[in-house]
Amino acid sequence: MASLNPPGAPPAVSGGSGELTDHLLNTSIWSDGDVAAAGIPIYDVPFITVGGGMGSFALVDTLKIAGVPSSQIRVLGQNTIPYQTYKYLCANSQIDENTRIRSDSSSVMDNIWGWPGYAVREAFGKRPEGFFKPLWSVFSEPIVADYWTPQAGQVFHSIDREMVRIGWNEMLVPGLVRVIRRRYGGGYFVLHTPPPGTTPTRRVAFRCNYVHVGVGYPGLRFLADLQEYRQKYNDYRHVVNAYEPHDHVYEELTRHASVVVVRGSGIVGSRIVERLLGDREKHGAQTVIWHLFRNYVSGPTGPPRFRRYGEHGFAYQGFNFSRAGWGGTIKHQIEKLEGPERIAFIRSIGGTNTPWRKEWQEGLRKGRAGGYYRTHVGEVEEVYPGENGLIVTRIRSTDGAVLEIPANYIIDATGLEGTTDDHRVLADLLKHGGAGKNPNGRLDVEKNFELRGTRSETGRMFASGSITLGGYYAPVDSFLGLQYVALQVADELANLGFCKKIGPGKSVAGWWNWARNKRI
Amino acid sequence: MTPTLAGRIQTRIFVTLIIGGLWTALISFVLPNTDGAAIGDVYKITFRVVAAMLVLGLLWELLYHGLMQYRWEKDWPSFFGFWTAINEGLLLWILIKADAVPDVPKELPGSTFLVHFVTVWIVAWLWLQGPMKIVTPRWRYRGGRLV
Repeated sequence: MASLNPPGAPPAVSGGSGELTDHLLNTSIWSDGDVAAAGIPIYDVPFITVGGGMGSFALVDTLKIAGVPSSQIRVLGQNTIPYQTYKYLCANSQIDENTRIRSDSSSVMDNIWGWPGYAVREAFGKRPEGFFKPLWSVFSEPIVADYWTPQAGQVFHSIDREMVRIGWNEMLVPGLVRVIRRRYGGGYFVLHTPPPGTTPTRRVAFRCNYVHVGVGYPGLRFLADLQEYRQKYNDYRHVVNAYEPHDHVYEELTRHASVVVVRGSGIVGSRIVERLLGDREKHGAQTVIWHLFRNYVSGPTGPPRFRRYGEHGFAYQGFNFSRAGWGGTIKHQIEKLEGPERIAFIRSIGGTNTPWRKEWQEGLRKGRAGGYYRTHVGEVEEVYPGENGLIVTRIRSTDGAVLEIPANYIIDATGLEGTTDDHRVLADLLKHGGAGKNPNGRLDVEKNFELRGTRSETGRMFASGSITLGGYYAPVDSFLGLQYVALQVADELANLGFCKKIGPGKSVAGWWNWARNKRI
Repeated sequence: MTPTLAGRIQTRIFVTLIIGGLWTALISFVLPNTDGAAIGDVYKITFRVVAAMLVLGLLWELLYHGLMQYRWEKDWPSFFGFWTAINEGLLLWILIKADAVPDVPKELPGSTFLVHFVTVWIVAWLWLQGPMKIVTPRWRYRGGRLV
């Protein structure tokens, strides 16, 4: 899309280069004159969301349901489809459209009410022969069946439909946001860099009263010893991160009997191991898997009323946080906690964990019995090149014993992290925007997800997603979490008079419009 | 569902009185073994049964909430929400037979009670699975609290 989706005629600019000047860069609060003097055209839009991913989508969807017209909203982001980054990370971590993700049936990204859930939709989509299975599964979860979870493709297709319904493309302004600065007189300037050639000036500024920051993960987290190995020996082929493209590993494993070391015992580690085991079954791979654990969970942990099940190294729970973290007793508990106590509690209900799935258990059991799925516990001391092109991992157990494992490949499945300092817009908000960090090192937000310290007269800035982890709501990095934040922000914007509150009447009408796929 | 105690109580009051009440107003016309009785007389009994369901239900919620604390996820699966009809229905029936439910005659026919109780339960359970969230989009984030 080349259009800027201008909310009005392009503003006249006089003089200046249209580039971010030193004066602007060094000034924390910009006046209209500062921006005009730099020759940067200014567009007035009341609400801007920065990111254009799932967080932006959840919020824009909610605001549209609350009755905000498209002309009042612009989405600034690099992707044309909100799930583009999500899908990319899914694909790398071996979740294709048919693989079931770790998400609840009622965490429906295209529907703020959570009903009908993905299970009911799958039942009706696959009738008659596939009608009862999802319904029985979601009805009996997690007591008889495992938690029912949707296939990734179902999520994507549902978003495709809702994107069209809310007119996403009309609000989207492709490009990369450079900085967000407060404005003299209130509100903010969002300085945006559209694709080259689409605008007369390299930068354009959006003058707005409300900004939402939903930029997703600042970056990948690599285990330090693996990163060091990759850089030292320039080997990015045999030591890979689960979230970067690494399909070549699986292709080669089907051709040669190999040893693979997997690091990480969370959901990604589970899926990688499942893929490796599946390739043995389906494609005749002769892979031996060494699964390394730093913390080995050998059984249930915690007191009776706070006991999490665990076995064979893994801590088990349905989703990345205890389920009541989304909207039950756990959520209310977190809201009452501050500082390090809150962080400690969030870690205790989350941390590294994976869901119990019958088919995964079966695969691991067979692998253990067959000797091709092996586990080891300890601290990795060093990773170094061995003989015959193998990479050796040296691990020291707590009892001091040392084991050296030569492997053909090492897969780092420890997760997506990265710090706010790594992200240009976030680092700028910390330096110039008044934003601060929470005790977890992410952006500090209020209970309604306003970014603390960033108020600009009547202007408000909000943030959602993983960049806010450590605040008063734990599952910020989940579909339902993003929808929760969207509703919180929409309610606050309603209090400020920007939109109407979604009360029972508006809600029912909104759902009815959704059910009829009526354009809003 | 991931209820808080306040959410359990408020949700139970809402679904029993509003959803259960509306359903009772309809189903009372066609309950078995009520032939010849004036609808007013049927209502007197069926609405007292609903009231008893609510009073006992609130006590049951206290028990459920205590039990839920032993679940790591601190959730109350819909599966439990469905099948707890059995213990709740049995207790209420035993109390009716013991003449312990005020103004509900212990001669109440079993089929009348069964059809009434089970359909109220199913309608209320179905309501909580979907329509409730459409009317109150914040309900699921508030542990079932309405106010």
